[in-house]
Amino acid sequence: MSSTTERRSGAAPAPSGQVRRRRGVRRRHVAAALAALVVAALGSLFVGVSDVSPADLLDADEAGTRVFWTSRVPRLTAILLAGSATAVAGLVMMSLTRNRFVSPQTAGTTEWVGLGIVVATLAFGSTSVLGKMGIAVAFSLVGTALFVWLLQRMVLTDIVVVPLVGILLGGVVSAAAAFLAYRFELLQSVDAWMNGDFSGVVAGRYELLWLVPAATVVAYLYADRFSVAGMGEGFAVNLGVPYTRVVTLGLVIASVVTAIVVVGVGSIPFLGLVVPNLVTLALGDNLRRVLPVTAVTGAAFVLVCDVVGRTIRYPYEIPVGTVGGVIGGVVFIVLLLRARRRVA
Amino acid sequence: MIEFRSVSKSFGDTRVVDDVSLTIPTGGITSLVGANGAGKSTLLSIAARLLPADRGRVLVDGLDVATTPGPVLARRLAVLRQENAMSVRLTVRELVAFGRFPHSGGRLTAEDHRLVDEAMAWFELDPLADRHLDQLSGGQRQRAYVAMVMCQGTDHVLLDEPLNNLDMRHAVQMMRMLRGMADELGRTVVLVVHDVNVASCYSDRIVALREGQLVAEGPTADLMTPELLRGVFDVEVEVHELAGRRIGVPWS
Repeated sequence: MSSTTERRSGAAPAPSGQVRRRRGVRRRHVAAALAALVVAALGSLFVGVSDVSPADLLDADEAGTRVFWTSRVPRLTAILLAGSATAVAGLVMMSLTRNRFVSPQTAGTTEWVGLGIVVATLAFGSTSVLGKMGIAVAFSLVGTALFVWLLQRMVLTDIVVVPLVGILLGGVVSAAAAFLAYRFELLQSVDAWMNGDFSGVVAGRYELLWLVPAATVVAYLYADRFSVAGMGEGFAVNLGVPYTRVVTLGLVIASVVTAIVVVGVGSIPFLGLVVPNLVTLALGDNLRRVLPVTAVTGAAFVLVCDVVGRTIRYPYEIPVGTVGGVIGGVVFIVLLLRARRRVA
Repeated sequence: MIEFRSVSKSFGDTRVVDDVSLTIPTGGITSLVGANGAGKSTLLSIAARLLPADRGRVLVDGLDVATTPGPVLARRLAVLRQENAMSVRLTVRELVAFGRFPHSGGRLTAEDHRLVDEAMAWFELDPLADRHLDQLSGGQRQRAYVAMVMCQGTDHVLLDEPLNNLDMRHAVQMMRMLRGMADELGRTVVLVVHDVNVASCYSDRIVALREGQLVAEGPTADLMTPELLRGVFDVEVEVHELAGRRIGVPWS
């Protein structure tokens, strides 16, 4: 049976030839992306205001060595953790809501975290990191739940309308946060917290971020179930996957990751949207396969944005949130226009 | 064997399925026929545990679908619904392989791969194996969905309007493949079809529903009569014997 089948597919040369080519490119791309990330990561360790060269590291008393270990390495670690986890959170959210434009950055989740940070600061002062994180996570969960609740009741489920509703919702929430902050004279600090920026990352101030790879690992373990849930409730139930439970778990992961990253380093606009979209556009939606690639690409995206921000106005810095917003925004608009064209 | 025991279901004030008791025996193809809104799809959805019944129970091999754990049932009963708007970009092979999920939870064994190959070959999908679903025609996609359901390897297969989107040639081809699943692989196939002649030509048994109630059930030949079809569809139907098959011709 199988030999006749092979002959049959061999008789149709166009599709099988296409297939083989695509597969080859796939492997090489992943390897190349990883290699590029490693090179860029090592390079980024030696970019900054104070001169640190690899030779300096051999001398433990050198000032450059101290800069390296208390600032450069933590900064790189934070970038890799935040970038990969945020991209994966976006990937999970977009497959579970079955809309490729829904991510924590377009569902209002980020803005809810911002509101949570303001409330936490008013309640506990600005020093309690754990209090801030707890409240931010709670607000993030509430915000995502509200969005999903709206999504289920929405009449217009157009692929572009859904995220626009999320962005509107986020606008309202962020206005509320701004009002609160204004009344209590926190406005400037809120802006500083919210805009993604790695310049403040030094040893002792970023370790919270070590929580997010755990969430990414859980997401990877559930990748197949997320893929099945993304096919829709009918398929999921047929395959024996508890649909509601799996969707809830995925959205909780995405919300918690978003809250921790925003509390830790601020928000990187469009990251959770643009990276998963580009990766799935190239590799398809099978989560088990695309999730690792998304994590690598997310880390690389943030790293590039950070290095660009560090060098473009040297010796000053442009926050990664601003750079990412510009790059991500352009890609987002291109993707939107493409989607519109495809629907029409 | 699938047993429906006094199953009822209402949407608001409308009773869509009204106290249906029915046993679908193991093996062969059974077709559910009836006019639009007769409750065929609802009945299938209840068996597929996509809708809870208001009253009554559905048993698959003696297992109550409402209480049996999802993964256990997913190894005995596979379902394909009518509308399958799927935005997920999977390749055909990936989709079919997900049919093995209830058995291997995503880590496919050599045996799983063999069964995926078999389902792909059965539905002649090999040339399309690495195409994404959104690059297929409606008919090819329908074939891929049915292949996935077959790959699930269940004794019972429930299909709601499997001929949707299929032209005449592909509809005949699909029915032949389903016939093969029943005859060669010994699966129990249950279909919802709106074309009574498809039911007549390809199924062993027919279950006729009208306004949520069971009108008649039995071997195909017994049910293809003008009186019964008039009762089910509310339209005059002549039944002719053509090449050994009974064909209903409606007229008004």
